[in-house]
Amino acid sequence: MADSKDFIAGVDSNAKKSPRRIVFITRRTSAQVKAETEDQIQTFPEVLFRAAVAVMTLAVVLVWIALIFNAPLEGLADPSHTPNPAKAPWYFLGLQEMLHYFPPVVAGVLVPGLVVMALIVIPYFKVNIEADGLFLKDRQRRLRIFYVVASALSLFLLLFKVYAALVPTLIMAGVMLLAAQSSPQSTSAFRRYLAGRPLSYWVMTWFLFELVVLTAIGTFFRGPGWAFVWPWQGS
Amino acid sequence: MAKTIDQHFDNLRGTRVWRSIFRSGTGSSPLKRALAIQQNVFLHLFSTKVRTRMLSFSATWYLGTLTLGTFLILVATGIPLMFYYHPSVPQAYADTKDLQFVVSSGLFLRNLHRWSAHAMVFLVFAHMFKVFYRGAYRAPREFNWVIGVILLLMTLLLSYTGYLLPWDQLAYWAITVGSNIASAVPVMGEKIHFLLLGGNAVNANALLRFYVLHCMILPLAAMFFVAIHFWRIRKDGGLYSHASEPATVRARTDTGAPLPKEGQ
Repeated sequence: MADSKDFIAGVDSNAKKSPRRIVFITRRTSAQVKAETEDQIQTFPEVLFRAAVAVMTLAVVLVWIALIFNAPLEGLADPSHTPNPAKAPWYFLGLQEMLHYFPPVVAGVLVPGLVVMALIVIPYFKVNIEADGLFLKDRQRRLRIFYVVASALSLFLLLFKVYAALVPTLIMAGVMLLAAQSSPQSTSAFRRYLAGRPLSYWVMTWFLFELVVLTAIGTFFRGPGWAFVWPWQGS
Repeated sequence: MAKTIDQHFDNLRGTRVWRSIFRSGTGSSPLKRALAIQQNVFLHLFSTKVRTRMLSFSATWYLGTLTLGTFLILVATGIPLMFYYHPSVPQAYADTKDLQFVVSSGLFLRNLHRWSAHAMVFLVFAHMFKVFYRGAYRAPREFNWVIGVILLLMTLLLSYTGYLLPWDQLAYWAITVGSNIASAVPVMGEKIHFLLLGGNAVNANALLRFYVLHCMILPLAAMFFVAIHFWRIRKDGGLYSHASEPATVRARTDTGAPLPKEGQ
């Protein structure tokens, strides 16, 4: 079989004489299916209409907010009178919270720089392509690495007394341990879900968790001298 | 018999003037609908067809669309705000006060601009995380993710430069706190700080710089990257859906094997 051809082309396979073309599919190779056909819908008007409805709904919501709540406006800028606390815009308050614990070159330059770098390399990083659960393959070794990384990070945060970042880290570590104890055969749907999460999911979720917690603390729980206050105590 | 609005509209679309502007003309055949996208300089960034499954709310939560929506609202409210604003000290503050109390609907314009700006920052972050959790950054969409990160930084810069413009205590000290971080950069820190503010502290020069960045340079740059961002969606095979990937690509991304190179 190795040498014999899987097909014989007819002598009459001349395009001018017999314009019908035939695809020969041998037994060893098959035609590659490049894309599966799938239901498609026309951008105009179907998709554009939906986009317009979405944007209009957003506009209505924002107009209502603008009618009800006034944008803040304080007194004229006065370089000789520093408010206490002086706060950056809310989306930078996570960074400002970090500045409270670390020197500016770490919290203000190194950390945001690394975050941006990390975000850029995400799609080029092969570890993310695998969509397997983190602890499903090579479990013992990965658990060991997890213990080392999680405790090193927690110790570091504890050493610098960054409790605001330590608590989310510990919670995430706890959830990851639960994931390590779960499997696709677990009875609870939540644990089946956890078991299937890859490494990229855990890293990003930890980052999101820290981002939200630090920003919320910087926004609502920091008063004069960057001391801890309750939101209802005012500033 | 009276014509319906649709018929009037169809007649309008058939006129020579309309045809000279929008070349697709009348009719609602799939061809005409495709041409309506393809022959429009703005809409041709998009593909003429979209997978039906990507229209469901859960697929994207429409976060990218909504982010564009906030950007459009910000342009629409920002331009009239510019008519009433002088980027000079202390006139900027007086102008902001006038917007609050003198200009018709000035308060509403400023409110809408400010809340939309906050919404845009939030939506950009939400869009990024949604794209990440869907795995929509995977090859061949890597570079569009990178453009997205650039757009995230631009959104933050747009919001940050706009924050100074009212020239009140809140604005002044927020920018002072933020710009001091630039000084922490090793070696170049003080130079960057000076370049950013046009001085050693937030002053009239800083206001002018932030105004030019906020109203001209950053919006133009953002539009440029947004155009590439949209165009790349089409070029990279439409909105990402794992289930819609070709079986061979799907198998490879599942096992982590490298993707086939172009032309193989």
